[in-house]
Amino acid sequence: MAADGTADVETRARRDGAAAGGTAEIEIVGLTKVFGRGSEAARALDEVNLTVRRGEFFTLLGPSGCGKTTLLRMIAGFEQPTRGAIRIDGRDVAGLGPNRRPVNTVFQSYALFPHMTAAENIGFGLRMLGRPRREVEAKVAEMLRLVRMEPMANRRPAAISGGQQQRVALARALAPRPRVLLLDEPLSALDLKLRKEMQGELKRLQAETGITFVFVTHDQEEALTMSDRIAVMDRGRILQVGSPRAIYDRPADRFVADFIGDTNFLEAVVVRSVGDAATVRLPSGAVRAASVPEGLAPVAGGRVTVVVRPEHAALAEDGELVGVVEEAVYFGTDTHLHVRLDTGGRFTLRRQNMAGDHAPEPGAAVTIRIAESGLRVLRP
Amino acid sequence: MTTVRERLQADAAPPDAEAAAALAAGRRRWLLLAPALVVLVLAASGPLLVVLAYSFLTPGTFGGVRWELSAEGWFRVFFARDIFDPETVRLNHAHASIFWRSVSLAFQTTVICALLGFPTAWFIANRPERTRAVWLFVITIPFWTNLLIRTFAIQEVIRNEGLVNSVLMALGLIQAPIQMLYTDFAILVGMAYVFLPLMVLPLYAAMDRLDPRLLEAAYDLYASRVRVLWHVVLPLVKPGLIAGSILVFIPSIGAYVTPRVLGGGRNLMLANLIELQFGQGRNWPLGAALAVTLLVIVLFALFVYLRFASKDEDPRRA
Amino acid sequence: MRERGFSIARIPGFGVVAALTFFLLYLPIVTLVVFSFNEAASLSRWGGFSLHWYETAFRNAQVRDVAWRSLWLATVAAGLATTLATMAALATTRTSRFKGQTMIYALINQPLMVPEIVTGVALLIVFAAIRVQTGYYGMGYLVLAHTAFCIPFAYLPIRARLETMDLTLERAAADLYASPWQVFRTVTLPLLLPGIVAGFMLAFVISLDTVVITEFVKAAGQDTLPTWMLGQLRRQVTPELNAIATVFLMLSVLAVTVFFILSRRRP
Repeated sequence: MAADGTADVETRARRDGAAAGGTAEIEIVGLTKVFGRGSEAARALDEVNLTVRRGEFFTLLGPSGCGKTTLLRMIAGFEQPTRGAIRIDGRDVAGLGPNRRPVNTVFQSYALFPHMTAAENIGFGLRMLGRPRREVEAKVAEMLRLVRMEPMANRRPAAISGGQQQRVALARALAPRPRVLLLDEPLSALDLKLRKEMQGELKRLQAETGITFVFVTHDQEEALTMSDRIAVMDRGRILQVGSPRAIYDRPADRFVADFIGDTNFLEAVVVRSVGDAATVRLPSGAVRAASVPEGLAPVAGGRVTVVVRPEHAALAEDGELVGVVEEAVYFGTDTHLHVRLDTGGRFTLRRQNMAGDHAPEPGAAVTIRIAESGLRVLRP
Repeated sequence: MTTVRERLQADAAPPDAEAAAALAAGRRRWLLLAPALVVLVLAASGPLLVVLAYSFLTPGTFGGVRWELSAEGWFRVFFARDIFDPETVRLNHAHASIFWRSVSLAFQTTVICALLGFPTAWFIANRPERTRAVWLFVITIPFWTNLLIRTFAIQEVIRNEGLVNSVLMALGLIQAPIQMLYTDFAILVGMAYVFLPLMVLPLYAAMDRLDPRLLEAAYDLYASRVRVLWHVVLPLVKPGLIAGSILVFIPSIGAYVTPRVLGGGRNLMLANLIELQFGQGRNWPLGAALAVTLLVIVLFALFVYLRFASKDEDPRRA
Repeated sequence: MRERGFSIARIPGFGVVAALTFFLLYLPIVTLVVFSFNEAASLSRWGGFSLHWYETAFRNAQVRDVAWRSLWLATVAAGLATTLATMAALATTRTSRFKGQTMIYALINQPLMVPEIVTGVALLIVFAAIRVQTGYYGMGYLVLAHTAFCIPFAYLPIRARLETMDLTLERAAADLYASPWQVFRTVTLPLLLPGIVAGFMLAFVISLDTVVITEFVKAAGQDTLPTWMLGQLRRQVTPELNAIATVFLMLSVLAVTVFFILSRRRP
């Protein structure tokens, strides 16, 4: 497929489309799912609205039980929404079984058919679609090549490693060339080294096929490195949708800030607020500019929580925060300093280790300077 | 008791005492086993050897045997002599037809049980966790109630004056009762009824272990319901289906009560033929030879099953 | 907006067949029980509710005799089989492989594999010889035959229970100065008891159920309820037989229910 010139052009066109805002591949409107009835009812999804663009690598990120897998299973057709609609490629898929939706799933447990060889597994979808035998064979060979599994074609799942099973599962889901590939924490069963390798592999496959990927994970690092866009979920709601950079640098609320990366929270008072910028007074009395989430207009004089990433702060002669080092944890490339602030509360900062210099010992008094644009006001 | 002491001693004892401890443990194990083994050898396994021996003896005049070696019993299993001319030998058609009926009825019973049992096991395996045990209980209750009572119950339902004929006549579907009792059909119905749970239980066990993700994966890859059943469910529960078939086939081919009660003594199966030789037939060696033949058929079925089951590695464990 | 659920487990027609199976399974039993309360002597025409046939059965000395013998035999045989099976289970579980293990399993489970008719005629032959030699014609033969037949049924639940039991409990008891016998009596046995009771119940039901072996082993006047019923079926049947069958049905259901509840309890 990668060798095929037209496919390549199409792929590039799709990716350009995605980058430019693109056309919608999946539209989700007011999707709600309630499990159980009466007093036992549990709301797994609550009025979810979401648009996944054509050809993008979209990640649903959140802790276990946040509803991300339920959302994925509803797109696949395994669960029915209580309310709301799902449109794939502009078509409402309500009432369509999973066998009639142009999406394929890579399962967390891979769910490879144990009684079929790798090649038979990969060809299953095409056989069910009634494609001619020759076409199936050609496609299977192509897929085996794509995931570099040619030597294992005639092995059964029990006779290949976890990473190889993962590749077969991927190839099986890609073989019918679905509009959307749904991946349900596909890397969680792999060890760290293999997982890194597969992350790269997944990105490569997505680039080569140009298929829209919807990826579910609870691993924030995985989400940040792989995605075009991320939706952060908690308790059945989508809290923020954006590029990895936007999510990390400009978290919308405390949950997003806390869930992704290490974070420092400070209580502050709003001095002035204009559009998406504000000035706030920190507990130490210092007044600093901070960015504000879209649509949130903090009232002057109101109390807000601001967030500072550990790498957006540094030790300095003169700064906004003053405290005493409680603990210094050595990480090789850098040292994490846990500082107790004089105004109360703790602050963690990351200090790069240089040759010949020494990080402050516990007990040392330090002054911390927050980088320009390092402050962000959170939604209450 | 043995195991506990054995392990404790093994823990405490110095290495040179290990052999002695193992020896003592072994002795205790055989002591515990001895009573059960004695009973089993005396009243289960030993008598089987005696049956084999009897099949090579000469029938006594009023039952029993005379202690003279003879192959006549075995000869008669398969061949018959002309009444007027004992030198004229032909195939024993009566026996052949009874063999055939037994194998055929046992096979049909197995098929009927599979056709009814498969959907039933599927139904139970897909109940919510809490109610599943209850459904299993409901299916096993008839199995644990007296076989004779159940056969009697079937007899009452399919008699000429029974429930089925009464209902059909009341509905005006038939004018005269259909003769069902004392036919091969009655035997078939009875055996299928009696042995059905033996099919459901292993099938259920296999289905219970089936990963639902595999079904989802198949649907996700565009399979229809029928194709999911054929390409995914069936291959994966095959071991359960084979086990269930063996469990139904073996008691069916050796069935005695059902053909006697529902076949009315006219439609014999192997077990009835064997009984006949020890009763009116007064030909114990022939009866013994027939019993050994039945045992061989059963052991052959078991052997095939074991070969089948071990060769076809359990795919669900993959 | 509400969609019809897509269930992966639904296969067209399976529900109907399952319902039919359950219906067919219970139709004869329910019919049997219902007509045991029939006022009339008919097994197909309803003549009003009555306990008449229960009374008749209870008054029937022969029925009382065979029923009593069945219960006695089932109790003794199940008791013996359970004792022997418990000992055998203690000897064969939770140990490393030992010489003769396969043979022992085969021996214990043999009654499950051999058709009853074969066991029946085998016992007929052997016991006939012993009878002639010893002149003993008592119930011993039936007890022995039933015990052997029940051993595998008692053995399976007991072994299953033993295998799930925590060995450290027994080690802890031994560590606290209990002698091996005390360990067995105060720890192993109480923990094993549900398994033993379950095994007994199963063995009891199996003994009560056994027709063919009894038919071949019994001497004159040693009819049990099933063999007596087998003889009765040849004659004109009245609801009296239904009444007897219903009572025994309830007995089996009770035993199986106890078994079911006990075997579900986790150690």
